[in-house]
Amino acid sequence: MTRPLSDNPTARDLHRITVDHSPVDETPVVGSRHGRVDALDLLTGVGKYADDLVLPRMLHCKILRSPHAHARILHIDTSAAESMQGVHAVITGADLPVRYGVIPWTQDEYPLALDKVRYVGDAVAAVAASSEDVARAALARIAVNYEVLPALADPREALARSDVKIHEDNKHGNISKQVTLAFGDVDAALAQAELVIEGDYLFHGSTHGAIEPHCAIGHVDGHGLLTVWSATQVPHYLHRELGRVLDRPSHSIRVIQPPVGGAFGGKSEPFDLEFCVAKLAELTGRPVKCLYTREEVFLAHRGRHPFQMHYKTGFDRDGHILAVDGKSLLDGGAYSSFGLVTTYYSGQLLGSPYTFPAFRFDSTRVYTNKPCCGPKRGHGSVQPRFAIEVQLDKAAVALGLDPIELRRRNFIGENTQTIGGFHVGSSGFLQCLDEVERASGWRQRRGKLPKGRGLGIAGSTYISGTNYCIYPTELPQSAVQICLDRSGRVRVFVGTSEIGQGSNTVVATLAADELGVELEDMRVLAADSDLTPVDLGAYSSRGTLMAGNACLAATRELAAKLREVIASTWDCPAGDVGLAHRKAYRLSDPSVWMPIQEAFILAESKLGTLGAVGSYKTPTANVHGDYRGGTIGASPAYSFTAHVAEVEVDEETGDVTVLQIWCAHDCGLALSPTLVEGQIEGSTYMGAAEALMEHHRVLPSGLRTDGQKRDTGPGVEGLLAASSLLDYRMPTSMDVPELTALIVERPDPRGPRGAKEAGEGPLHSSIPAIANAVYDAVGVRIDDLPIAPEKILAALKRKASPSGEVR
Amino acid sequence: MLRLPELEVIIATSLTEALTRLAAGPAARPILGGTDLVANLKTGHTKAQTLVAIGQLPELQGVDASGDVVRIGAAVHQAELARDPDILELFPALAYAVGRIASPQIRNAGTLGGNLCLDTRCRFINQSDLWREALGGCLKSHGKECHVIPGGGGCVAALSADSVPILMVLGAEAEIARVQDGALVTRRTPIADLYDSDGRRHVRIADGELLVAVHVPKLPHGARAVYRKWAVRQSIDFPLVSVAVRLDLDDAGKLKQGKVAIGVLGPRPRLLALDRWAGRTLDEDLAKQVAQYVFDRSHPLPNVLYDHEYRRERLRVEVLRALRTWYAPAAVGGAGR
Ligand code: SF4
Repeated sequence: MTRPLSDNPTARDLHRITVDHSPVDETPVVGSRHGRVDALDLLTGVGKYADDLVLPRMLHCKILRSPHAHARILHIDTSAAESMQGVHAVITGADLPVRYGVIPWTQDEYPLALDKVRYVGDAVAAVAASSEDVARAALARIAVNYEVLPALADPREALARSDVKIHEDNKHGNISKQVTLAFGDVDAALAQAELVIEGDYLFHGSTHGAIEPHCAIGHVDGHGLLTVWSATQVPHYLHRELGRVLDRPSHSIRVIQPPVGGAFGGKSEPFDLEFCVAKLAELTGRPVKCLYTREEVFLAHRGRHPFQMHYKTGFDRDGHILAVDGKSLLDGGAYSSFGLVTTYYSGQLLGSPYTFPAFRFDSTRVYTNKPCCGPKRGHGSVQPRFAIEVQLDKAAVALGLDPIELRRRNFIGENTQTIGGFHVGSSGFLQCLDEVERASGWRQRRGKLPKGRGLGIAGSTYISGTNYCIYPTELPQSAVQICLDRSGRVRVFVGTSEIGQGSNTVVATLAADELGVELEDMRVLAADSDLTPVDLGAYSSRGTLMAGNACLAATRELAAKLREVIASTWDCPAGDVGLAHRKAYRLSDPSVWMPIQEAFILAESKLGTLGAVGSYKTPTANVHGDYRGGTIGASPAYSFTAHVAEVEVDEETGDVTVLQIWCAHDCGLALSPTLVEGQIEGSTYMGAAEALMEHHRVLPSGLRTDGQKRDTGPGVEGLLAASSLLDYRMPTSMDVPELTALIVERPDPRGPRGAKEAGEGPLHSSIPAIANAVYDAVGVRIDDLPIAPEKILAALKRKASPSGEVR
Repeated sequence: MLRLPELEVIIATSLTEALTRLAAGPAARPILGGTDLVANLKTGHTKAQTLVAIGQLPELQGVDASGDVVRIGAAVHQAELARDPDILELFPALAYAVGRIASPQIRNAGTLGGNLCLDTRCRFINQSDLWREALGGCLKSHGKECHVIPGGGGCVAALSADSVPILMVLGAEAEIARVQDGALVTRRTPIADLYDSDGRRHVRIADGELLVAVHVPKLPHGARAVYRKWAVRQSIDFPLVSVAVRLDLDDAGKLKQGKVAIGVLGPRPRLLALDRWAGRTLDEDLAKQVAQYVFDRSHPLPNVLYDHEYRRERLRVEVLRALRTWYAPAAVGGAGR
């Protein structure tokens, strides 16, 4: 019973609406096969990344960086640079003398070094000039007098040396954060254990390698509004810090995050360039752009912390874990970044998927004169996860148990609590184990593979967002404004940061189902602080759960209004009105229906402009532990993962080839299955790369390759071994294994329609799965990453020698 | 973004014009694909004021396999050479070697001549200007010391060209042109003699000279060559181990003569003759002796970014595997790597 439109919109709009005469299609958009809503724009170059933006009269900024790993700045002379033609402004630390940092309690960075530089690459001065070339030439004419100080590149040395302090006002030497937490009687449990596996594990540093370098543009308009466009994944935190550092009220700042070409945690805090372009725009009255070079991206870093770990795990004879005792030294680099959180995460995120009857961790993060470490995909828990999963494998070997069976026996369960007091809701961990066991042919093939081949298993878990904001607040973590109109389209305004992970699509998918439109009818506008409500950003895998819930809250309110108007027209209960695929229909009699556009028009004419808002606050009850630090690592819901890797080890060369990886990931409910598979693949490949190749390595004290310390004076340690994508060896498409992504759905009541995270969890266990497969293949353990061929050869040699011991 | 310095670019329309321009000295540099040169100009450790583009000169084009010696123009793209039917038939190992240079995109732009003239590489020089400044430079830049061999007298940056070892064992020659008394003259020099041990200027081609072509003699009956490259990645990387082996066998399968050329040591590749084993039949035992012989005479340096002791060990295995292609092709190990 379609009727002519009462308020005919434009012909073009009508053209876009396909009236469907077939029976009502109730297949939800959620869970269907679809791409990203913004993919076409990006693929065709219509979508503009930060560096694609060019504003009239725009100046270019370049930043002068320290050639010393540790030095006091005695004097800076910018006069020669300032007098150059084409140079509009030069700023130094004195122009922005306010400390910043993403964690309010550990703000220890200046936009430009004020008194000291703490790593090779620390920002010292910035120039705004008519072109990049002029800006670069001007940098060469800034004279800086340094007093070079001894530099600390080794975390153990940094811990031991009391005479060299990287941050003078730090309370405890070079310790950036120390956390010890103990639950249960660990020593007693270890004393009673049938088997104790004890060992040292070394996780090396790695960086994100996003293809888009950091880029920011600042502009102050005639009314004094500062706008900063930035390739960031945390526009809200950037907004706050800009206000603090530039001493500007919030309302006078607008932060816009254009589409971002990859971030992986490497853009989750403010950086020097954002403050510099803002300040230079204020000073010059012109737009100012800064684009990092690739080397600057490597220097800005914030990548995975190198961890030196010592782990002890006790088991009973059946393979049940009795206690875990972990000690970790985290090499933080020059500043704090998220380090406080990393230090907690290094223990707090280990409490599932296995039951730990007793658990203690002691983690220390130290400052060193190196690029600052921070959050990289799987922040804080990838390193200890490697240690635990290898320990479980060693225990399975020692006890003669199948390592998958050993993991099943230790499963923590659902609707339960970790020993640290975190509430675990849904968990599909057992299903993940089942899936990878089945898909890899584990039972039939393991132990029967040809020489040099092996299979390895590992499991893991991750948070779906942190339960608490980085700054203390009662405000919502995410919010959505949604509206629809006579065009038949739906607009969503959301603060989330689309960084390629598909957050815009997730929001669109949820809203499309609630309002009965197609994905193509959705318009998502994200991350513009003038236009969209606040969301905390794309970090800690929070987007789907938090923005998803906010979106559901808003759309459900709007859908209810819509249903009521339609129900009154049809004279039926509102509960009898269904909305799906551009139709409003009666659930009890689907032959009664109207096009959704008509329903929107009806509602708009009855109620006026249609919109709703929704926000999300994390639960406060039954979430976390009641002790200092008991909130860090708490999440509304947890994802679960299992990996099986199959490797081939060449015993002559030490080459490890990963032939295939099977990854099963419990994401609650796959709103966009193709995106979930993409996240599983991307995470797993990233992990495999860290296991075998990638190494963000800083040259140790003294560059001399003959092992002698340099005698030409201190200060040259701290150079990056690899600061280009040629030398920093990320795998190419030729280097990655076959991969089978398996989605496991165990809906969590706290997730939007049950959904949990998928962006970071599937990284963790890929690394220990590969390490365990190497052992299965050739019987040697490489406990210090990356698993490089020379280490394999050395281990095989040790194994073959009569006195050689196999750990 | 890294930017190119301001440069004058001359598109040469004749070989004589190009040579005249290049006679101006090191400030003028020839450019073909530019895949090495442009990157080095951007990071600033190569300086030039003028680039003389020579990609269109007729003398530098084409593969001519009509005679006993195959002439390959210096401007022939690596991708073209890797799939050239004559090269694939006559010198499959050369096709393989140039087909392993860098990545498909780079091989589409890069040329054989460019690869032969590839600058030496070192982890202390192929860096940004900030990095080199922090280091204090080295002999190849503005510094006073080599960091690979501290106290050493010269630059030992590594020859990293995939095409060089294989061309050496094939007995190829470079055709080099210059203008003398107004007339165009050319000279021939074996690729084996083309390189010098000074990493700052390791190609023995003078200012005002230009590599025009490479001449590769067709292999006699019973001769074959193999190239093996090891790098961490299957694509993009420069070689970390690079070795070519050529054996000439008689009809009974006994060794008449053999050669091994090794790259990525210092600036000059090493060429070893295997004549001492003439008359022997190749088997695993002999192959191991040969591999040990190569190992003993090759000392990879910490000049490129990988553990040099492992590189030496790896070289031994790669030589062994190259030799296995003669007597046990099914058991080579790591084939296609
Ligand atoms: S070998 Fe020595 S002189 Fe040559 S580039 Fe390397 S460090 Fe510099």
